[in-house]
Amino acid sequence: MTVIDVSGLDHKTINESLRRADGECALLHCCGQRFIAAGMSDKKITIEGIPGNALGAYLNGASIVVNSNAQDQTGDTMNEGAIVIHGDVGDAAGYAMRGGRIFIRGNAGYRAGIHMKAYGAKSPAVVIGGRAGSFLGEYQAGGVIVVLGLDSDGQTLVGDFPCTGMHGGKMYLRTDRLTVPFPSQVTARPASEEDLAELRTLLADYCDQFGLALDEVMNAPFTVVTPDSQNPYRRMYVAN
Amino acid sequence: MGVDFLYPEFEVVRNASRCTNCRLCERQCANEVHSFDGESGVMLADDSKCVNCQRCVAFCPTRALKIVESDCKFRSNANWSDQTIREIYKQANSGGVLLSSMGNPNRLPVYWDRILVNASQVTNPSIDPLREPMETRVFLGKKPARIKRDAQGRLDVRLEPQIELAVPIMFSAMSYGSISYNAHESLARAATELGIMYNTGEGGLHEDFYKYGPNTVVQVASGRFGVHERFLLAGAAIEIKMGQGAKPGIGGHLPGAKIVGDVSRTRMIPEGTDAISPAPHHDIYSIEDLRQLIFSLKEATEYQKPIIVKVAAVHNIAAIASGIARAGADVIAIDGFRGGTGAAPTRIRDNVGIPVELALAAVDRRLRDEGIRNNVSLVVGGSIRSAADVVKAIALGADACYVATAALVALGCRLCRTCQSGKCNWGIATQRPELVKRLDPELGSRRLVNLVSAWRHELMEMMGGMGINSVEALRGNRLMLRGVGMTEKELQILGIAHAGE
Repeated sequence: MTVIDVSGLDHKTINESLRRADGECALLHCCGQRFIAAGMSDKKITIEGIPGNALGAYLNGASIVVNSNAQDQTGDTMNEGAIVIHGDVGDAAGYAMRGGRIFIRGNAGYRAGIHMKAYGAKSPAVVIGGRAGSFLGEYQAGGVIVVLGLDSDGQTLVGDFPCTGMHGGKMYLRTDRLTVPFPSQVTARPASEEDLAELRTLLADYCDQFGLALDEVMNAPFTVVTPDSQNPYRRMYVAN
Repeated sequence: MGVDFLYPEFEVVRNASRCTNCRLCERQCANEVHSFDGESGVMLADDSKCVNCQRCVAFCPTRALKIVESDCKFRSNANWSDQTIREIYKQANSGGVLLSSMGNPNRLPVYWDRILVNASQVTNPSIDPLREPMETRVFLGKKPARIKRDAQGRLDVRLEPQIELAVPIMFSAMSYGSISYNAHESLARAATELGIMYNTGEGGLHEDFYKYGPNTVVQVASGRFGVHERFLLAGAAIEIKMGQGAKPGIGGHLPGAKIVGDVSRTRMIPEGTDAISPAPHHDIYSIEDLRQLIFSLKEATEYQKPIIVKVAAVHNIAAIASGIARAGADVIAIDGFRGGTGAAPTRIRDNVGIPVELALAAVDRRLRDEGIRNNVSLVVGGSIRSAADVVKAIALGADACYVATAALVALGCRLCRTCQSGKCNWGIATQRPELVKRLDPELGSRRLVNLVSAWRHELMEMMGGMGINSVEALRGNRLMLRGVGMTEKELQILGIAHAGE
């Protein structure tokens, strides 16, 4: 285990140290440094303190655990790997991610899971323990987004305009009451047995990470949102 | 028929005395214009399906075919043109947004054609490029502001990463999906042979083309299709696409019907699903945010790759470019309003954006005024049609030019402007295997090499005529340019004098 005190270090120096380190690393006193672990594939990184924007951008297999909050664009264009955030996360978490897992114990900001995709064996997942901000799953093209609303004290699970432009993938909301309007091109329905089985597998990992009781988390109604079409704009144009 | 009937735009004229009913035209036309009537023993043509791509004309062995524009038009009206009326019928019929391809075809000023180039007479010698050395090589990227030495007085020769081009020309971004595998292979092979770059566009990089990496610019756009670590490391540079001259301010989408086989694999999205590139990058709302994307890419590639930021030429482009330079880009690419596209809403293509000549001159001046011109290289595109346009662009301040339409024309494109149909008879803007195979990458790359080599020679001749022996010395050399038929304001923006001055 390599331990690096990153106070006063810039992102370039931190990433150079990470690349040199073998296997497991711990970053201490992190305070807003961006791009940590960008593009990395073979590291296991634990972060104490708050990493800056674009944590794990283009991540390609590395795993990152943040013991507090993280900022914007966590896991931007992530291809593989895992990011676990014990606190809240900022905006656009998992932007365009294609594979891997982002587990958030707390809340997520705006545009979580925007333009997430799936391809072949790759199916990314973002699990948000608390609530999500507006534009959740905008342009979602694949993968799974889960919002659990744990400790949300009856507050709305998602902000305004969820699933705008959604044309693939699946969203699970741990509620049977949708308090904001969903767009017309998606369908929201109660989760089926099959849905719940798939969800259970994913949430088993999630609950393991955070020491939660899986059965308690599963013991609630779930709503599933899926798009009606992979081709939302097919009829919009006329050749000229 | 009835209110929605539009007389075909083109008529197929067949010379019966030459036609031998060989039916080659029928086999060549993916639009299914030609057919053979067995009963009467003659070839028929459905003009309404013809897009005037001239494939049948080029392949008719007896030269029996020609395509002419129909003279059956609505009553002439300088305000309500035939085209305008047709567009209203199409929309009234379908309720659809008009969709077009390739660059803006309208009568708007082409400033290149109003700029003339100088030559030496008497007082300074011209140079003959056939006998004397002439440098067309350029390097794109940040240049050091001052000479640095270490404690022992030795020169610090480390440079920021650069793109090396044997000629100041690159093939601009066209995604695999919008154009065919064979078109991409032609471009990649030609770029490699020429010592220049081609560009993946936002469609990922096909597995077979990683070997052309040293001559490839890989593109990252708002949809992030096919973007992963290996892709980012594969090219000689990474381009962030913020905008495109043909459709500034809007995104794009490749319809699910074109996301098949290799295109799906290369974009890394399932077959049949629309590939939607949102209009904005949802992580970029400011110059500060752009800086973040630039540096996330630099971090992911360990500062080995120059980052190009491509924007459409729009109002206030000079201020935008200054911001991009300060955001840390190594190269700014500016795409003018005449730039091509595989599909764009007609209204956007024809009405949004500004001429690249004015944008380039404004940007170059602004960066020089701010003392940051050498922090960044400038590449311009958007209908660079000839070596003369390249010469003028460089003299107006460009480091290099992006060329795409001219490259497609070299591959056989007839500018029929129906790329969006996916039925390109020349095997370029199509994914249909029987059409793609019509474009032979061996021949295609040879034609591209011919084109750029010819332009290079013309560039050298024009430079030689001015007594200039390197592209570096031509760059920003506005004294070599004069305008004709332009207003004071236009001349002022371009920073050139009028002919005769």
